[in-house]
Amino acid sequence: MRNALALAVGLIFGLGLCLSGMYEPTKVTGFLDLAGAWDPSLAFVIGGAIAVAAPAFALARRRRAAWLGGEIDLPKTTAIDAPLALGALIFSVGWGLAGVCPAPGVVDVGFLSPSAMIFVAAMAIGMLVSRVADLRLRGARIATQDA
Amino acid sequence: MTIDWAHFTPFSALAGGAMIGAAAALLILGAGRILGAAGILGGALDGRDGEAAWRWSLVAGLAAAPSLAYGLWGAAAPVFTASWPVLVASGLLVGFGARLGSGCTSGHGVCGLARLSPRSFAATGIFMATAFVTVFVARHVLA
Repeated sequence: MRNALALAVGLIFGLGLCLSGMYEPTKVTGFLDLAGAWDPSLAFVIGGAIAVAAPAFALARRRRAAWLGGEIDLPKTTAIDAPLALGALIFSVGWGLAGVCPAPGVVDVGFLSPSAMIFVAAMAIGMLVSRVADLRLRGARIATQDA
Repeated sequence: MTIDWAHFTPFSALAGGAMIGAAAALLILGAGRILGAAGILGGALDGRDGEAAWRWSLVAGLAAAPSLAYGLWGAAAPVFTASWPVLVASGLLVGFGARLGSGCTSGHGVCGLARLSPRSFAATGIFMATAFVTVFVARHVLA
């Protein structure tokens, strides 16, 4: 049941990316290029998404369980720390370079675009490397605490 | 600043955005999870916390959406202008950075802002500013 819901969520998310034009790298860089001919569309995509999602999150905060059961897992971390800032910085250099972020990358693989397949394969490697780097950092921190 | 009126599509952008918001609403209320593409894909690849199945299902939905979009309104295939080496570098940076920073455009930019998380406001501010600078340098300084 949970997998069926997730599949539907992925489909709606993907259709939204297709309809909004966000799956097009040139549409994204058109928004990010403030000094060129600027296409403000992306701001409307984010605005529309937030307008619909915000009431749902407000409701989720007051509910104890999800419709399908189980807890509602809202992020508990609040620290604005170095990994957050550095990660956002690294992420967006890549985002600006090709105009693709994770979800549109997967959608573009669905269009059977060879460029998207290269991007997503590299992104998966980047994610796995980050996981290893994260474990090492944590390991180092625990080792320091032990010493 | 000049507005690119020829490519500006406010109505489909708003409608598509509303669908993305609806997807986030369905996932948080239905399954109690945040719709963050980087976390979902990274968690699926990692596969150690017993949540890989729903994550892969969601990724499958994302990848299946273009077939539906093509059938419904003839959505055209995306046009990539970046060369293959740039795509590899970009993918590595996006994957590594999004995991290190605990989120991407959907996790921080949509869900985080929608739930008024100060952490996500900080991350979104940093990644928007950096992306503007990156595109400026790539298009108007180096090119």
